[in-house]
Amino acid sequence: MKKLIEGSMAVAESVKRCRPNVVAAYPITPQTHIVENLAQMVADGELKAEFVNTESEFGAASVVLGASAAGARAYSTTTSQGLLLMAEVLYNIAGMRLPVVITCANRAISAPINIWNDHSDAMVIRDSGIIMLFAEDAQELFDMHPQAFKIAENPDIMLPFMVNMDGFILTHAFESVELSDQKLFDEFLPKFNPALKLDPANPITMGTLAEPKWYMETRYKLHETQQEALPLIQKTAEEFKAKFGRWYGGLIDTYRLDDAEIGFVAMGSLIGTLKEVVDDLRAKGEKVGVLKIRSYRPFPKKEILDVCKGLKQLVVFDKSFSYGWGSILQNEMRNCFYGSKHNPMISGFVVGLGGRDIPPSSIIKAYQQTKGKEILDEFVDVNWELVGVRR
Amino acid sequence: MSKPILLFAQPGSSKVNKTGSWRTMMPVFKHKDCTDCRICVTVCPDACVSGKDKIYNANLDYCKGCGVCAYECPVNDIDMVLEVK
Amino acid sequence: MADTIRPKKEKAAVEESLFTSGHRACAGCGEALGAKLVMDAAGPDTIVATSTGCLEVFSTPYPESAWRMPWIHSLFENSSAVASGVEVALKALGRKGNTKIIAQGGDGGTADIGIGCLSGMLERGHEILYVCYDNEAYMNTGVQRSGLTPFDAHTTTSPSGKISFGNQRPKKTLLDIAAAHNIPYAATASVAYPADLQRKVKKALATPGPTFIHLHVPCPLGWGYKAELTLEIARIAIDTGLFPLVEIEWGKVTRVRKITKDKKPVEEYLKPQSRFRHLFASEDGKKELAKIQAIADANIAKYGLV
Ligand SMILES: Cc1ncc(C[n+]2csc(CCOP(=O)(O)OP(=O)(O)O)c2C)c(N)n1
Ligand SMILES: [Mg+2]
Repeated sequence: MKKLIEGSMAVAESVKRCRPNVVAAYPITPQTHIVENLAQMVADGELKAEFVNTESEFGAASVVLGASAAGARAYSTTTSQGLLLMAEVLYNIAGMRLPVVITCANRAISAPINIWNDHSDAMVIRDSGIIMLFAEDAQELFDMHPQAFKIAENPDIMLPFMVNMDGFILTHAFESVELSDQKLFDEFLPKFNPALKLDPANPITMGTLAEPKWYMETRYKLHETQQEALPLIQKTAEEFKAKFGRWYGGLIDTYRLDDAEIGFVAMGSLIGTLKEVVDDLRAKGEKVGVLKIRSYRPFPKKEILDVCKGLKQLVVFDKSFSYGWGSILQNEMRNCFYGSKHNPMISGFVVGLGGRDIPPSSIIKAYQQTKGKEILDEFVDVNWELVGVRR
Repeated sequence: MSKPILLFAQPGSSKVNKTGSWRTMMPVFKHKDCTDCRICVTVCPDACVSGKDKIYNANLDYCKGCGVCAYECPVNDIDMVLEVK
Repeated sequence: MADTIRPKKEKAAVEESLFTSGHRACAGCGEALGAKLVMDAAGPDTIVATSTGCLEVFSTPYPESAWRMPWIHSLFENSSAVASGVEVALKALGRKGNTKIIAQGGDGGTADIGIGCLSGMLERGHEILYVCYDNEAYMNTGVQRSGLTPFDAHTTTSPSGKISFGNQRPKKTLLDIAAAHNIPYAATASVAYPADLQRKVKKALATPGPTFIHLHVPCPLGWGYKAELTLEIARIAIDTGLFPLVEIEWGKVTRVRKITKDKKPVEEYLKPQSRFRHLFASEDGKKELAKIQAIADANIAKYGLV
């Protein structure tokens, strides 16, 4: 059944169909509609789950940690300041190998306080061991959650999973979404039944202290498992397509990239804008295409190299920045190609920080500036007068 | 695919760690005036005193020699002595 | 009152303690004794969440664990929230049955950094017993001051010095804070009286809803006394009125341990402990002793201990 609904509702409808046993969260704009919708579903008896209103995001993450350790399917959602408050727990959840799923309604980080979209929050926990995928639109969000639980709970993976969605742009926009049946979800997503859990019948100890003799192996295993998740993410997207008939890419996706000379790279909802721009430029004879990074952690290096073989140049549009170093996605892309036989020029533009509008015209302007010329860490649409820079 | 290292520990596995080696003073249970009150069993922070019928002893594999049992014994039936190793 | 120390005879003789030997607590550790007594009172059908701190570090260096019930450690400040998650999970999965849940942590993990999560747990009404093991400082990191460090105690971050008598704030009123959540049961307890402690644990676990026990656990190393004196020091803390034994049900004090016969001046408590040594080294120290006596007297008056 197709329905015109808000992105947050698409997430809630999907999470409901994943049948979590425990939902714990704390409200923060622009994530609020997701928790409100889930709370209503529980209140109406549509979702049979324990809904826990915590005193903070730190508490919410800790509650889902405990619930997951006890063998429950557990879900939470947050953004920005809330994600940072969760950070200590999320590292812990990853280290303890608990397959919690959280949705992050990506938002800028204070100060100055700003409730609008960028990807700075997600970057704070990118090194935690959590799996991170970015969705492009409401339908992909609806479809990504069952995949998230399935991948996270795979006995060989057992890692937390963060579904990223652009705050406001996706959380608050209304889109037509195919709300697939519960039955399909139940067939696709097996019940969660971890081999080891907190259970008086088998009283194991979880969360031990690891002295130097043991710690490094656990960290190596995190990386190894992230690598093992690569084929599984791809395979799960394919399984999803076979059952539900929808496809948004596996680890990556491409749009008109096959015969392109220049590829635009981004994550999340910006992909939609880039596709429009590509259509426009193509109409004018420019050979451009789009590379969508769907899986950010694990980072699909091999797949990226494969699809970029014919490209002369990549232009990265990044919604995050590492102050004192540079645009994060741009630098990861550049790192990706270092030492490979094929070495396209890679440019990077920083766009949309704190919800700054990203009109197609700005993308086109950036493209015209950088075509055939390397430009790095370039902030787009900045009021240079305001920052006291003469250009 | 290899199984992840989860760092789960088995219940009660601390018993491999013989903390008795830390000891300098050793409890000697005299078995003379014991009234079977079991206070020595109850108050041992290392859960290493056990027995029944007025015969109690510390498991010297684990006893750290803190002396709490001797101090608390209401009839002074436990002596702390310097251990000769 | 020696009788309160005596457990039932038939019990414990052959059974191995649920908090077992081989852990790495210091000799005479009050916290280890406290944990043993709490666990054995709770029984094996109990899931335990523990905060970072001495108790966690000395009991679970991988691959060893002293715990014989299902046990989890996550972080320093979240054992109450982790336990909340465990509780709702068991309920959602239909596995709750008679399984009991305990969250626990040190004075720092409870009264300072973990107080937000604790308040959330108490307010939400989870069926969990929270036990705070109060050794009156951050012992695991080397005896730093916490909100439960007593007035004038020397710690490494509230040192006594040429112009200071050490920690200048009284203990946070943790029991009152917990009880103010209007929970069915909140109590103080002490390793000095194991049977009383175990009765309180059982009572708390048999009471529906969130319950709280503030457990006094002397620390030979951090407080500076001979290891054999752990129970003795704990007893004198009670007998001076510095650590009153109190039970509160739905906000009302329902039971206290009277000290009418045993009442002692605070000097008897302070003298054997090196953390209070500086109070006996100068004339000005006498004024400080009077202040500490006033704290004890206020407790005695508040709870009618004599
Ligand atoms: C967020 C955080 N801050 C600080 C620490 C360092 N730390 C670990 S245990 C501890 C002190 C524990 O004190 P307490 O809770 O009183 O328990 P105790 O060790 O005294 O039993 C501290 C400060 C930490 N692990 N995590
Ligand atoms: Mg402490």
